[in-house]
Amino acid sequence: MRRLLAPRLIALFVLGWALFSFPLIQLWDREASLFGLPLLPLGLFFVWAVLIGVLAWLMERDP
Amino acid sequence: MNLPISLVIGISFAYLALLFAIAWYGDRRAAQGRSIIASPWVYALSIAVYCTAWTYFGSVGRASVEGVWFLPIYLGPMLAMILAWVVIRKMVRIAKNYRITSVADFIASRYGKSPLIAGLVTLITVVGIVPYIALQLKAISAGYGLLIGPAETGLVEAPPAWWQDSTLYLALALAGFIILFGTRHLDMTERHEGMVAAIAFESIVKLMAFLAVGLFVTYWMFDGLGDLFGRAMADESLARLLRFDHGGSQHVYSQWFALILLAMLSVLFLPRQFQVMVVENVDERHLKRAAWVFPLYLFLINLFVLPIALAGLIHFGPGQANPDLFVLSLPLAEEAMALALFVFIGGLSAATGMVIVESIAVSTMICNDLVMPALLKTRRFRQRAGGDLTRLLKTIRRIAIVALLLLGYLYFYLAGEAYALVSIGLISFAAVAQFAPAALGGMYWKGATASGVLAGLAVGFGFWVYTLMLPSIAKSGWMTTDFVEYGAFGLAWLKPEALLGLEGLDPITHSLFWSLFGNIAVFIGVSLISRPTAREASQALLFVDVFERAGGREPVFWQGRARAEDLLALSERFLGPDAARELFVEHARSIGSNSPDRMPADARLVQRVETRLAGTIGSASARVMVASAVDEEPLELDDVLRILDEASQLRAYSRALEDKSRSLEQATEELKAANEQLKSLDRLKDDFMSSVTHELRTPLTSIRALTEMMRDEPDMPTSQRREFLDIMVAETERLSRLVGQVLDLARIEAGHAEWHNSDVDMHSVVMQAVGSIGSRFEDKGAELKVQGSRSAKPLRADADRLVQVMLNLLSNALKVIPDQGGRVEIDLRDEEAGVTVTVSDNGPGISQAEQREVFDKFRQVGDRDQHREGTGLGLPISRQIIEHFGGRMWVESEPGHGATFGFYLPRG
Repeated sequence: MRRLLAPRLIALFVLGWALFSFPLIQLWDREASLFGLPLLPLGLFFVWAVLIGVLAWLMERDP
Repeated sequence: MNLPISLVIGISFAYLALLFAIAWYGDRRAAQGRSIIASPWVYALSIAVYCTAWTYFGSVGRASVEGVWFLPIYLGPMLAMILAWVVIRKMVRIAKNYRITSVADFIASRYGKSPLIAGLVTLITVVGIVPYIALQLKAISAGYGLLIGPAETGLVEAPPAWWQDSTLYLALALAGFIILFGTRHLDMTERHEGMVAAIAFESIVKLMAFLAVGLFVTYWMFDGLGDLFGRAMADESLARLLRFDHGGSQHVYSQWFALILLAMLSVLFLPRQFQVMVVENVDERHLKRAAWVFPLYLFLINLFVLPIALAGLIHFGPGQANPDLFVLSLPLAEEAMALALFVFIGGLSAATGMVIVESIAVSTMICNDLVMPALLKTRRFRQRAGGDLTRLLKTIRRIAIVALLLLGYLYFYLAGEAYALVSIGLISFAAVAQFAPAALGGMYWKGATASGVLAGLAVGFGFWVYTLMLPSIAKSGWMTTDFVEYGAFGLAWLKPEALLGLEGLDPITHSLFWSLFGNIAVFIGVSLISRPTAREASQALLFVDVFERAGGREPVFWQGRARAEDLLALSERFLGPDAARELFVEHARSIGSNSPDRMPADARLVQRVETRLAGTIGSASARVMVASAVDEEPLELDDVLRILDEASQLRAYSRALEDKSRSLEQATEELKAANEQLKSLDRLKDDFMSSVTHELRTPLTSIRALTEMMRDEPDMPTSQRREFLDIMVAETERLSRLVGQVLDLARIEAGHAEWHNSDVDMHSVVMQAVGSIGSRFEDKGAELKVQGSRSAKPLRADADRLVQVMLNLLSNALKVIPDQGGRVEIDLRDEEAGVTVTVSDNGPGISQAEQREVFDKFRQVGDRDQHREGTGLGLPISRQIIEHFGGRMWVESEPGHGATFGFYLPRG
C-alpha cells in the first residue's frame, strides 16, 4: 500500500488542479440553479467536498 | 445600539487571559512529558492558524465585491494538502534531523548554511509580513470601533491622531502578551507546546463564531439558503457575484490560476505555517489526518461566506456599509448583542492567533538570521570568554516582537485605510511565494546552488517591491503615484503594474508572474552555471536524500581537530550549563562511552554540538560559532565525495552484517526446533522402553512364581500342576506375542518392515479375518454381521497386513462386548476413491478423553480385567499399517452406546 500512496496522491493533486482550472471550471459557470442554489458556488463546493473525501479515504486506509 | 467599552475590553482581556492559561497548562504538561498536543486533531487545528482576520472579516468583504473570488485562497491549501504526505513530510523530516527552526534556516541550511541567504530570506519575510500584521490590527480595531462606536455600518471616519489611536495600544498590548507567551523559555528545538495548544483552541473559537453568525444570518434573518440565494439571483447586481467572469477580462482564468498557486505556496512557506506544520510537528504520522482535516476546516469556515456577503448587501444596500465587517454589523443591526460580542471574540481569535505565531516565528528568524550573524562578526562579541548568552537571545527576540508589531502599526497607519483586507494579505502572500523555488528546488534538486538562490531571491524580491509594494504605498498617498501611472523616469514600459507593456492582468497576478518567473529563471539559470561549494554539495545530499538515510548512520561532513572542553564551553554559552552537560552525556551514551569527560572530540561530536546549536541560534550562526571554536580543515568537493563513499560503504557493511545476523538467528531457531524434537523423541523412546519392560515383567513374574511353587512343592496334586502349566503356557504365548509385536512396531516405525504388495480385494480380506476369528465369536455366543459389497476394483496393498488389522479390530471388539447379546457389525463401503471399513460393537463405549489416547502405545482402555489378554500395541500397529498405505484410522464412540473403529484406504 505504502508504495502506492505517493503516486495516488500525486494523481489526485493533478486531478484537483484540473477540476479547479480552465476549462473544467467553466462548466459550472452558467445561469442555472440546483435545489434553489446557484450552480457555480455549488459546483465549487461540491468538487471541494469530493476532494476532501477522497483524500481522507486515501490517508485513513493506509496503515 | 452599542456595547459599553468596558464590557468589550473586559471580555477581550478575559479571553486573552484564558489563552494564556491554556498555554501555561500546555507548557506545564509538556515539561512533565505528558503532552496535550500530541494528537493529529490538535495538529490540524493548529494549522488552521492559516485562517486569520483576513478569512474571518476579509473573505466576506471580497465576496461582496467579487463573488466566488474569495475561494482560490482556500482551494490552494486544499491542493497543497493533497501532497502533504509527500512534500510536507519531507520538510518535517529534514527539519527534525537538522533542528531547523524557521523557513529562513531551512533554505540557508540547504545552501551550505549560508548566513547571507538566511539574512536575505529574513529580510524578505519581515518586509513582506508587516502588511499582514497590519491587516490583523486593522481588523481588530475596526471591529472594536464598530462594537462601541456610533457608526453602525463600519464606514471610515477621520482617523485619530496616533497617540489617541487605540490600535497603537492594541499593538503594544499584543506585543506584551506575545512576549509573556512565547519567549519565556528558550527551548532547545524552538518548540512551543503551550502556544500550539492555545492556537488550536483559537481555531475552534473562530470556527464556532463564524458558523454561528452564518447560521444566524441565513436562518434567522433570512429563510434559509434557498431564500437568500433566490433573492440574490433576482437582483441583477447581486446575481453578477454568483458568476465567474464578472469583469469581462480576458485573463480571468489566469488570475484564478495565479491566486490558487499563490495560496498553495503560501500555506507552505508563510513563517507561521512553517512554524506550526513543520517546527511544532510532534509526530510526522499526524500529517495523515491533518492532511484532510485542515481542508475540511477551510471548507466549513467558507460555507457561509457568500450567504453573509449577500445578506449584508441585501440588508444594507450596496455601498452603505463596510462589507469587511458584515459579520459584525449584521448581528448588531438585529440587536443580537451577545452574538456580536461572540463574533468579535472569534475575530480576535483569528487575528491574535496569526499575530502570536507569526511574530514568534519571525522574531526567531530576526534573532538567529539577522542579529546573531551581525553580532558574531564583531570581534569583541566572539572573544568575550564564557558567559551565558541565553538571556541575550531572549532579549533580542523580545525586542524583535515589539518592533514587528510597531512596524505593523506603522503600515496600518500609513497605508491601511486605502486597501481592503484581502488586498493587503495578498501582498504578503506574493512576497512569501518567492521562497518556493529555493525551498522546493533545494528539496528535490541537488544541483541547486547558493548563488542561484541568492540571485533568484534578489530578482524575485526586486520585482515584488517594484510591482506591488511600492504601488501599494504610493496609492495610499505617501508617495507620488506618477511612477505608477506613467512609469519610472516617465518610461511607459517601466510602469510597475504593466511591466514591458504587459497589460490586462490585475496587480497581484501581474506581480506574481514577473517575480516568480524572474525568480525561477534566474535561480535555475545561475544554478546551472555556478559550481556548488563542498558544503553546499554535502547539505544538498543530506536534504534531497533525507528519506534514504532513515535509520542508518549519516555521513558527517566535517574534518579537523577539536577539543571536547572547547565544544562544551561553546554549548554552555548558548544552551546554558545544564542543557550543555546533558547534550554531552547523551552523546557519550550514544557512542557507548560511560564518561562524558573522556570522549574523543571527533566529527560526530562536533556535528552533534553544531546541530543542537542550530536549534537555538540557527544553522548559519551555529556553523560560524563551531568553526570559531575548533580547528577545522576546509572541506573540498573531493572530501565530500570521499566521506559519502565511506558512509555508503559503512552502510553496505552494516547491511551485510544485518543480513548475516538475521540468517544466523534463523539457523539458531531451526537448530533449537530440531533439538526440541530430538529431546521429545528421546523421551518417547524412554517411555516406550519402560512400558515394554513393564509389560514383559508381568507375565515373567507370574511364570516364575508358578515355577517356584511347583519346584518347592513336589507333592502338588496333578490337577493343580496342570492348571499351573496351562497358565504358564498362556503367559509364555503372551510374552512371545508381545515380543513379536514390539519387533513388528519397531520395524514399521523404522521403515524396515517388509511389505508384500499385491492386488487386494478388501471384501475377501474381511471374509478371511471373519473366517479365522468367527469361532471365538460363536464360543461367546455373539453375533458377527458383515455388510457391504464386493469391490469392483482391487486395492494395491499387503493382504496379510490388512488381515492383521481386521483381526486386531475384531478381537478388540470381542473383548468389550457383553457376554449376553454381544453384537459386532462390519461395514464395508467401496467407492471410486477408496475403501472405508468400520467395525462397530455394542460394548460400553469409550469416553472422549480415552478416545484421544486409544491409539497410543500400551494404552489400554476399559476394564482392568480385559488388559490381561491385550498388549496395548495392536491399535498403534494397525494405525501404522493403515497410514503406511496412505490411509487414516479413527474411532467414534459415545459411552454406553458402543464404539466404532474405522479406517479408510485410498485407491492408488
